[in-house]
Amino acid sequence: MRVVVDFDLCESNAVCMAVAPEVFEVRDDDFLYVLDETPDESLRDKVEEAVRRCPKQAISLAED
Amino acid sequence: MSDGRSRLRSVVVVGASLAGIRAAEELRHQGYDGSLTVVGEESHAPYDRPPLSKQLLSGAWGMERLALPAVASDGGAGLDITWRRGERATALDVAARTVTLSSGESLGYDGLVVATGAGATRLPFGHDLDGVHTLRTLDDSLAIRSGLDAGPHRVVVIGAGFIGAEVAATCRRRGLAVTLVEALPTPLGRVIGDEIGTVIGQVHADEGVDLRVGVGVAGIEGNGRVERVVLSDGTAIDADVVVVGIGVRPATGWLEDSGLTLDDGVVCDPTCLAAPGVVAAGDVARWTNPVFDASMRVEHWDNALDQGAHAARRLLADAADPAAPGEPFAPVPWFWSDQYEHKVQMSGRTTLADRVEVVEGSFEERRFTAFYGRAGRLTGVLGLNRPRRVMQFRARIGAGISWDEAVAQIRG
Repeated sequence: MRVVVDFDLCESNAVCMAVAPEVFEVRDDDFLYVLDETPDESLRDKVEEAVRRCPKQAISLAED
Repeated sequence: MSDGRSRLRSVVVVGASLAGIRAAEELRHQGYDGSLTVVGEESHAPYDRPPLSKQLLSGAWGMERLALPAVASDGGAGLDITWRRGERATALDVAARTVTLSSGESLGYDGLVVATGAGATRLPFGHDLDGVHTLRTLDDSLAIRSGLDAGPHRVVVIGAGFIGAEVAATCRRRGLAVTLVEALPTPLGRVIGDEIGTVIGQVHADEGVDLRVGVGVAGIEGNGRVERVVLSDGTAIDADVVVVGIGVRPATGWLEDSGLTLDDGVVCDPTCLAAPGVVAAGDVARWTNPVFDASMRVEHWDNALDQGAHAARRLLADAADPAAPGEPFAPVPWFWSDQYEHKVQMSGRTTLADRVEVVEGSFEERRFTAFYGRAGRLTGVLGLNRPRRVMQFRARIGAGISWDEAVAQIRG
């Protein structure tokens, strides 16, 4: 599982950070940083929830 | 849960927008393998509404980009949904467990998800004229867009709530002359208070919006087609396009004789259960949120997602054991609005505050965090271009943080 963020769509709403703080962080500069692009399978539910909850649909998962 | 699956053989979801589709998705995710029928009044495939006042209206996006992800790729085939699109539910009989459709057909169910959302409120006049719109559906947005494409001399937006403010911003970014009329003293004032509302009003004024606050609308005039809006002070404003954004009403008309309790929405228990075998979610649902110990009905995108999923799980639990108390639905609501390049975000409860304070940043730099408090507790947070802060304090509001502690943390 690889986390892909479309930064043209991302508007740093920080919903993903609230759902999966292990993977996503919006810092004080209000930009999103992906802390772990290939998170462990144990985080799958959280990451999928972050994908679903993103108001801009800017996050996707690649399986490779 | 396995009992619930076996007792629940047919689920009907009424409402094919975010809350209803999320409920359908969660039912399948939880292992429900019975029949799943989704009734939707609109003929379009399920779509996302936030872009209707922004990217779709501006012309930046085509309608194909609005498809809801859960059903976008395969039309819902993976969820094994039986669609009843373009049909309206007209009645519900809770005792008999049947939903009546506009075609006259009756659908029986073991479990029902009520997710009919809300409809735009209309003025008592003017809506018979061409060029006068409300904005709730994809067709509404396309109709307004077509009016904007024709190059109107002026757009009048009636109501400076979030929809009105976003429409005004989108029209300005299209280079159109815009008048924004609000009966209250400030834009968004009812939700965010007059002090912060004034700042939002200033943002619009700086962008060239002709902002008229504290004045009502007495009439909309024209001959077949709209020509002007007449304000309550007698001023007439010439207009080619009028967008009425004066709020929404929960779509409960079809439930009048259903046996459900209606009071500005479908009244549910704290777990989203409205009657045995019936749950409600999204804009139409009213329930008591234990986080705030208050009856709420939330019209936010994020809530539709969250409550849709919660209601689906509640339905399964109810089928498994009707006597079980169920899990309360206890979210801290969260909301965003994009206006120009500014991001307004809110979380918690900003109404009924006894205290509002800007605790970080300033109006001048157009970047600040405001706290809303009641009885010594932090109840709400609003950020203008402060997404991280809003999300941080969303969690802390849920944990019941006091006003003093919240202020200490942000200033720490």
